[in-house]
Amino acid sequence: MSEAMDYLRSSPLTGVVLTLAAYRGGLEVKRLSRNHPLAQPVLVAIAIVGVAMWLLDIEYDEYLVGGSVIAFFLGPATVALAVPLHREAHHLKELAVPMLVAIPVGAFVSISTGVLMVRVLGGGDVLERTMAPKSATTPIAIAVADHVAGNPSMVAVFTIVVGMLGAVLGPTVLTLLHIRDRRARGLALGAASHGIGTSRALHEDPTEGAFAGLSMGLTALATSLLVPLVIHLLG
Amino acid sequence: MMWLLGCQLVGEVMVRSLDLPVPGPVIGMVILFGLLQWRRPDTGAGLLRVSDRVLRHLQLLFIPPGVGIVAYLGAVREDALPITGALLVSWLAGLVAVGVLVALLTRRRSAA
Repeated sequence: MSEAMDYLRSSPLTGVVLTLAAYRGGLEVKRLSRNHPLAQPVLVAIAIVGVAMWLLDIEYDEYLVGGSVIAFFLGPATVALAVPLHREAHHLKELAVPMLVAIPVGAFVSISTGVLMVRVLGGGDVLERTMAPKSATTPIAIAVADHVAGNPSMVAVFTIVVGMLGAVLGPTVLTLLHIRDRRARGLALGAASHGIGTSRALHEDPTEGAFAGLSMGLTALATSLLVPLVIHLLG
Repeated sequence: MMWLLGCQLVGEVMVRSLDLPVPGPVIGMVILFGLLQWRRPDTGAGLLRVSDRVLRHLQLLFIPPGVGIVAYLGAVREDALPITGALLVSWLAGLVAVGVLVALLTRRRSAA
């Protein structure tokens, strides 16, 4: 029995299989709840993995032996974001000026308010650096947090939370502000809530979804450029 | 897949050799975007199909870093106020800033 447990704790298979099974479970919950915006597969899967680790008495480091095999693909997946950007490239000219103004300003607002709110409410330096890139899509937020000495695991959770805020509350907030232009709504959702906001935008309207995807890509780029700068300015 | 990994590798090497303040995969994304705009592959090209498949299951890749939160639960409880406060306020500020700016800028252009 203990030999089997030792194998489970040291083999990369454990983390890989556990992650895939939990993801499958998350997708099932999403389907059974008829795409309820709160039933995010990632959150469900994280909970499943957490419970399994607790039951099997596996430490996070031990889980990561296999978990990092899956996380490795975050890099190529980030590169793959160039493909939807390429498909939406013809929209670039149409709205070039408003986008080139609004997205960098939006990224700057997201980063600086994140850092300043943490400071005002009494969080530490590492937390400020972790909060800074939270509006970028998760793989990029992780890479940026790593780059500026924040906490990559924590920012992954922060991005999932802001994504869910966008999926659940985003369209309501935009309607309250009387923003009805599909392009403006999409750009705002993609900028504040990246991929999860984009999937909600796609659900509302195809144009809104396309602009959200575009905005997610550009915000990711703006965030990775602006985070080191803002941290330097506010540091 | 080779193209995705290749662009990432070039990006990672560029970031380290030129000391850029941007993560390697982001440079890889910019390189691939440039290549796609230049070569314009058919819609059935392998690279596009692989990318679509990877992006469809993008959420799967967030699970391992997300599980890390279990390891930081103590720290999160300690900093619960700055974390929830900053997430809510900053998310709202970003959303409103982009929405309002784009609406204002497009309105002025169509008026002119």
